[in-house]
Amino acid sequence: MSVPEYDDEFDERVAAGLAFVRRRLSGQYQIDEFGFDPELTEQVFQPVLRQLYHRWFRTEVIDVKNLPGEGGALVVGNHSGTVALDALMLSVACHDEHPAHRHLRLLGADFVFRMPFVSELARKSGATLACNPDVERLLLAEELVGVFPEGFKGVGKRFADRYKLQRFGRGGFVSAALRTGKPIVPVAIVGAEEIYPLLGNIKPLARLIGAPYFPVTPTFPWLGPLGLVPLPSKWLIRFGEPIDTTPYADAADDPAVVFNLADQVRETIQTMLHETLELRPDPFAP
Amino acid sequence: MSAVANGSAADRARAPRVVIVTGVSRFLGATIAARIAADPRVRKVVGVDRVDPPAELAPLLSDVAVRRVDLTGGASSLVKLGAEALVHLAVMSSPDPEGGGRAAMKDQNVIGTLQLLAACQQMPSLRRLVLRSSTAAYGVSFRDPAVFTEDTEPRDAPRGGYGRDILDIESYVRGFRRRRPDVTTTVLRFAPFIGPQADTALLKFLARPAVPTVLGRDPRLQFIHVDDALEILRRSVLEDHQGTFNVAGPGTLTLSQAVRRSGRIALPVLEPAMHAAASVGRGVAGLSLDQVDLFVHGRVVDTAKLVRHYGFTPRSTAEAFDDFVRAQEPGAVITPARVAATEQRLLDMIRAVRDKQGRAGR
Repeated sequence: MSVPEYDDEFDERVAAGLAFVRRRLSGQYQIDEFGFDPELTEQVFQPVLRQLYHRWFRTEVIDVKNLPGEGGALVVGNHSGTVALDALMLSVACHDEHPAHRHLRLLGADFVFRMPFVSELARKSGATLACNPDVERLLLAEELVGVFPEGFKGVGKRFADRYKLQRFGRGGFVSAALRTGKPIVPVAIVGAEEIYPLLGNIKPLARLIGAPYFPVTPTFPWLGPLGLVPLPSKWLIRFGEPIDTTPYADAADDPAVVFNLADQVRETIQTMLHETLELRPDPFAP
Repeated sequence: MSAVANGSAADRARAPRVVIVTGVSRFLGATIAARIAADPRVRKVVGVDRVDPPAELAPLLSDVAVRRVDLTGGASSLVKLGAEALVHLAVMSSPDPEGGGRAAMKDQNVIGTLQLLAACQQMPSLRRLVLRSSTAAYGVSFRDPAVFTEDTEPRDAPRGGYGRDILDIESYVRGFRRRRPDVTTTVLRFAPFIGPQADTALLKFLARPAVPTVLGRDPRLQFIHVDDALEILRRSVLEDHQGTFNVAGPGTLTLSQAVRRSGRIALPVLEPAMHAAASVGRGVAGLSLDQVDLFVHGRVVDTAKLVRHYGFTPRSTAEAFDDFVRAQEPGAVITPARVAATEQRLLDMIRAVRDKQGRAGR
């Protein structure tokens, strides 16, 4: 008698799939003012990323309890890996591993929003431009915001500099957290450094295509499109204890306080990185 | 007399007795003139336009004293009317091919506003000035925040003519505010209007069976329902609302979503091709650079200030768009009913095939 049950499940799946297609074709879905499309993200983007997260990078999460279950918070991580896959894997971690299944709203450079297609994928998956008005708006809407203050200095650094945090700029992200009184959650991501070991950067070519850098890795551009396959490193994502920003609420406009707090966050992440690296002696461990 | 009239706060808040409305030969101007004239506290409404109102708007204007004035030639004839409020709606969002095209549009928008504000400065009785602006005032840039509040400064000037006119108009208004701080100046930055009639260039474009879009771009759009825009305008004239306000339906639709909801088909075009099509002559298929700007960048504004000050929430962008969709249904290629019917047919088909297999299996 197990056959009908199987049938029901199949029927339900077909019906759900068709209903999804109908909603998409007739435009009957909701997006928020930033262009975030939760349905598309959950039904299309995340299933693809999830395969990469589990099967390819075998990602493990440590101390996900440090991520607040509700309310706005600024998640600050280290950036690496030539292509910003670490941001996408972090968003899978926040959604899948935390009981509240929170969506991480990523912040991207204006370069991302200049590119056709990429800009729209970014908006639909919940990202927005890394600028203070947007960050504050998201935090006040009680969203989880993900930021990588190293920016291109982080993703575009050489393999020899792996797991060395770059400068954090002036700490604009900190002033947004101070102004909204939301906590900062430091995150250390181990594994992204090894996916595309960056050996060099062909600057004239980068300038030609308008990219911040043109990467040379052991496989790219030598193997052509095959060189785009990331190396299957072992990933660990560790969430640190939230840093309460309310004691500094009045100092959002004080550059010295903001800079010092940004530096404190940077130190915390650097220490977490070193500790987490020791848990993973072999970068390509199972 | 005017010094007394401008005196107390309570007096400032009272409804004006004489109102001038510019742009009464078009739907928005004629309708708002009629609504203000219907208020018992208003004694006289003077409607101004450079052309006579068309016959279909004449019934609306029965209680309005219509005057033919070309603002670009000066507006001194309006000074002596003793107006206490002026609503400036003679701002065109797209060129009128029969009325002189883009050059005439720019003249009317920029020079017309300049002349009108010069005349307003001469009116001692004036207490209230309401201007039609647009959310195009925020310009277009890839470094723009996702949502504009009223104090966001434009980063880059828009390519579109209307957008550039709006920036000029707003700079004149800033000057006027400095010179006449006693006048309550209300600047309404409207999102594109929407309603059952496809009577703007953008709406005509969206009503086509196949809507050209920019390849790789899916802009976030916002609309304001015409009825809500009229209500905001009416309150701006009769009540006291100093400042600049975004006027838009809360929420947003992407262009692809709007095209799907109206049952049209999107026709993605490379941006340079779109740009070229908009630049040739009067623009292929009524396309303008203002639309290219909008279709690449999109535009979403924050309406919290409007809702707070006016105590009025316009219907959401999605609801306002639905009103347009219902009226434009005849042009739809893919209707929700057809999609739902296809879905049902597919489901039935799959069930039928599986039933047959099940029976064969047994």
